[in-house]
Amino acid sequence: MKFSIERAALLKAVSQAQSVVERRNTIPILANVLIEADGSDVQFRATDLDIEVVDKAPAQVERAGATTVSAVTLHEIVRKLPDGALVTLTDDAATGRLTVEAGRSNFSLATLPREDFPVMASSEYTTNFGAPASVLRRLFDKSKFAISTEETRYYLNGVYMHLADSEDGRALRCVATDGHRLARIDAPLPDGAEGMPGVIVPRKTVGELRKLLDDDDMQIAVSVSETKVRFATPNITLTSKVIDGTFPDYSRVIPTGNTRKLEVDAADFAKAVDRVATVSSERSRAVKLQLDEDRLILSVNAPDSGAAEEELAVAYADERLEIGFNAKYLLEIASQVDRENAVFLFNSSGDPTLMREGTDTSAIYVVMPMRV
Amino acid sequence: MPALCRDCLSEFETGTRCPTCRSPRVVSHDELWSLSIAHMDCDAFYASVEKRDNPELADKPVIIGGGRRGVVSTACYVARIRGVRSAMPMFQALKLCPDAVVIRPRMQAYVEASRQIRQMMDELTPVVEPLSLDEAFLDLTGTARLHGHPPAVMLARLVRRMRSELGLTGSIGLSHNKFLAKIASDLDKPHGFAVIGQTETQAFLRPKPVRMIWGVGGATQEALDRAGIRTFQDLLRWDKADLTARFGGMGDRLWHLARGQDKRRVSAHEPMKSISNETTFFEDTGDPDILDGHLWRMCEKVADRAKAKQLAGRVVTLKLKRGNHSQITRRQSLGDATQLADRIYRVARNLFDQVGDQGPYRLIGAGISDLVAEGIADRTGDLLDPNAGRRGQAERAADKIRNKFGPDAIIKGRSLR
Repeated sequence: MKFSIERAALLKAVSQAQSVVERRNTIPILANVLIEADGSDVQFRATDLDIEVVDKAPAQVERAGATTVSAVTLHEIVRKLPDGALVTLTDDAATGRLTVEAGRSNFSLATLPREDFPVMASSEYTTNFGAPASVLRRLFDKSKFAISTEETRYYLNGVYMHLADSEDGRALRCVATDGHRLARIDAPLPDGAEGMPGVIVPRKTVGELRKLLDDDDMQIAVSVSETKVRFATPNITLTSKVIDGTFPDYSRVIPTGNTRKLEVDAADFAKAVDRVATVSSERSRAVKLQLDEDRLILSVNAPDSGAAEEELAVAYADERLEIGFNAKYLLEIASQVDRENAVFLFNSSGDPTLMREGTDTSAIYVVMPMRV
Repeated sequence: MPALCRDCLSEFETGTRCPTCRSPRVVSHDELWSLSIAHMDCDAFYASVEKRDNPELADKPVIIGGGRRGVVSTACYVARIRGVRSAMPMFQALKLCPDAVVIRPRMQAYVEASRQIRQMMDELTPVVEPLSLDEAFLDLTGTARLHGHPPAVMLARLVRRMRSELGLTGSIGLSHNKFLAKIASDLDKPHGFAVIGQTETQAFLRPKPVRMIWGVGGATQEALDRAGIRTFQDLLRWDKADLTARFGGMGDRLWHLARGQDKRRVSAHEPMKSISNETTFFEDTGDPDILDGHLWRMCEKVADRAKAKQLAGRVVTLKLKRGNHSQITRRQSLGDATQLADRIYRVARNLFDQVGDQGPYRLIGAGISDLVAEGIADRTGDLLDPNAGRRGQAERAADKIRNKFGPDAIIKGRSLR
């Protein structure tokens, strides 16, 4: 195998590959990226056995072939090469080395045989549809903060992507929760998505997927089966197993009878929460919200370190209410709001609170209060 | 050289026998009057309490431990001569010493004896740091004027009093820091008094193996072995930077210890780091119902202790030991700390289910760590478990009933399994 490729194209492909590779793994071949050169393309393939990413880049292929080499080392080398360099990769079957040449730099890397590289079994996808990158980006970006890290509740360690009936009709919906907060984001149902099985997309996959979604106009091909999900652009294909578990019935969790309505500028609110929380060094900092006739007082009282209070002008017309929250949770949901005011709907100080943006019900958040 | 008679407490200049009472139990050292950091370690504490309470046992080998299947928790000196050691499996101990009298631990008696010793120590100095029921560090710096005698005399008086009033003996290590005091108390056991002064510290340590260091367990030992460090002499050859690079925070500590330096203060209020309970079964079991019952009881005990100490934990740990003694531990961090048996149990139970091993097991244990004050625990409800709040309230109510009418006034059916 021998090919030459532009440094920028190589870096992009290799960096995606090395981020899939697990840093701590016991199977040597999984630390490697499989490089396959054929025709006018080179494919870079990396896997951790749960996720597989294949990145295709145009190159001048002199001799077709394939080999595997450490993804992290290759990435480091390419990253340090000067911008605009032309990189030539040559595989020497006799010595089992891969030579990387650019200008006057020359590297020789150990390889492992391509036959040893595990290729993810292809799956029968039951649903295939296309969705703009911007739509998927919104679905996952706004829900991923609520993914649980508790491994004992493994079925919460991802985003539940499924179909649902929303107020605006059929929707592609993403839900994530860790038991303390929940995010439910809807998008209009893309053509061809009807009948899609609900799947839990693992946290790591959500992170890798994000790298495919930077270009607003890019159309992403989505394929779903009961056990796998695939997201593809013309150059990158990300395939992932889904979490084998049942996502809990979240609809029971979303309060419907909350009537006490608070409307507040989300940015002002987030800044105020952040400011008052400064005085407490606890990891789970509690912020108390005192609501009264168009007035909100945020306060933190940490006996060991100090106290803080801030008042905000808000729209609130219901009876007096005192309720506490984890500062981090409040900040996270407030930062999801990007266009309008944040609307909070409370019931009592012990019941879940609902938050949405203006009157928009396509993105709603639920957060559990904290005893203060 | 200053000398002290450990029997009549006379202070004199030199000699191997006390000029007053002719006792040979004399301790002498150049720095005897100036050293003030001590470690007191009771001799075969549990066994000594048993022998005191039952004089018939005096010359018999006595082993304290949990039944036929447990491990030796303490062996008296008679049993130790036969090779019995603490932490040895009971069957092995009985092989070495078939005529041993095995006694189940009577914790209440030990706690009581420990409390009495603690009281005596508190009379010497406010700075007492207990390490367990039967050992403690004491810092007697600056007490000489108050007592009218240097620390060494007061320590000798302490062990003399323990022996006459409680019928228990202890060994004293006296030095200039905790690390050396702890080593010293072990040099002259039982009923000993050993001193390590500033001047001989280096010479004393040099040929000693590094595993003497308290806190150097199997893993550190192996890492040290790989680096070719076996004795303090080896350790002295290393630069501070190299040691830190290789062993992290431990490296810095090793560098100082190699030079006999230990900056840790004797602290009377060492915060608790974890709360845990475990039980060894009478017979290995893989029965999920039996295991579940044990798990619940362990979690309940942990919760009881946490509540008594007004603490809560952010991490729940499950510990299992298989029939072949291999150990499994699993831990889970919580977003919201807890002291409730119900929450500890549910997390531990989830961890247990994920182990996915049928056993059989010989031991199960549960614990909490990363402790915080109870005020910031159990504050956030669980969206997906709306009944958790009510179960928590039920547990608090049951606690009140148990406080009023006794620990068995109300129990969960689960704990009967």
